[in-house]
Amino acid sequence: MARAAVPGRLNWHVATIKATSDETESARTLTLDFPGWPGHQPGQHVDARLTAEDGYSTQRSYSIASAPEEDRLELTIQRLADGEVSPYLAGIAEPGDQFDLRGPIGGWFTWSPESDHPLLLLAGGSGIVPLMSMIRAHGAAKSQVPVGLIYSARSPADIIYAHELNERTVSSPLNLTLLYTRSAHRGVPPGRINAAVIATSAFPPDTAPAIYVCGPSGFVEAATSLLVDAGHRPASIKTERFGPTGT
Amino acid sequence: MNTISRGFRGRRPSEVKLPPGQYLEHGFPVLQAGPTPSVNTARWTFTLTTETGDTRRWDWKQFTALPSEDITVDIHCVTQWSKLATNWRGVSLDTLLDGVTTDAGYAMARSYGGYTTNLPLPDLRDGQAWVAYEYDRKPLRAEHGGPARLLVPHLYFWKSAKWVTGIDLMLKDARGFWEQLGYHDYGDPWREQRYQGD
Repeated sequence: MARAAVPGRLNWHVATIKATSDETESARTLTLDFPGWPGHQPGQHVDARLTAEDGYSTQRSYSIASAPEEDRLELTIQRLADGEVSPYLAGIAEPGDQFDLRGPIGGWFTWSPESDHPLLLLAGGSGIVPLMSMIRAHGAAKSQVPVGLIYSARSPADIIYAHELNERTVSSPLNLTLLYTRSAHRGVPPGRINAAVIATSAFPPDTAPAIYVCGPSGFVEAATSLLVDAGHRPASIKTERFGPTGT
Repeated sequence: MNTISRGFRGRRPSEVKLPPGQYLEHGFPVLQAGPTPSVNTARWTFTLTTETGDTRRWDWKQFTALPSEDITVDIHCVTQWSKLATNWRGVSLDTLLDGVTTDAGYAMARSYGGYTTNLPLPDLRDGQAWVAYEYDRKPLRAEHGGPARLLVPHLYFWKSAKWVTGIDLMLKDARGFWEQLGYHDYGDPWREQRYQGD
């Protein structure tokens, strides 16, 4: 069992936006100054608390995108058309703006660079964010375990961290498989994750990979069923989901 | 003391009073740690075990023949969404505990797939908790915890264990799955008890 990730009381601290960087048309990375931030385990998230001038306040959880570091972290936020907080953080907020933050949170969906299992990551949409923290930590630790990413997005323009992921296929080396659900790319027809993708792109069950799946509920449900059908042990698969299922 | 974010307006979505830090959700998000277990009602059982090891067990047919209730409640997830007036059908824990002799003060819910969560036993009594097997008048879907899940709506929703298969009564409190990982032992949304120490 993972160790307790939240040892004492989790207090709110002020985070200051140091830089912003657009990843896609709707996703933005915020680099935050957070004096006293202890670092995190790749895969963990933070709670952000936004407060308006009249005192109205609301909270959201966001995954950490950066590799663990002290005093600073990066969040990548997907702007939701009908969102309350994301249009502010991924649209209006500028360097110098501040909000309250506490974390790191979550001791289950985490990867340790000391793991000696192949690392198999499956991302749907902005589910890439906590997995990117793992990929970056894997690189920073010069981990020797194979790392593979199967990443499903609507179109090539929706791939977050596209440039860095491509570079890491050379440097890490990252075994990268991109799927596009809405538009064809370089002669490859659009398609969702399926048994053939798992058979050709996922490390096989006999290599005992540590598997992390993150994305909208429908993607996670489909991907985990395919993995279990392909012979992967349910206990080797950790999931994180977001968004409603509709029913 | 909250930090005011320049230019943040937010939305005041309704007249409804939500627990602190929560927002209103109209879909039904799913939160779970791993793959959805497939639980066949032909093999499903629910077992109540007291601190002395006495057990009561029901299979699916026996369980769904117990008196059931129509339940309409608000639910609050620790990931900040709240959903109002959700509709369920299930068996009250009062029915399951009726006639059980116990000195226990705590309970551990156990699920198919290995998930556990701890609750004080008084929070399962007096019309506060159910084992639910219908949602919106349809069989509860596996991704929402079907065939049956615990429903304890006055606590954060991780306490409403999906795929529940039993409850162990305990003299002393012990931590379940998320509680061992830093989440609160009690989890009252109105007191915002999300994490240990809150």
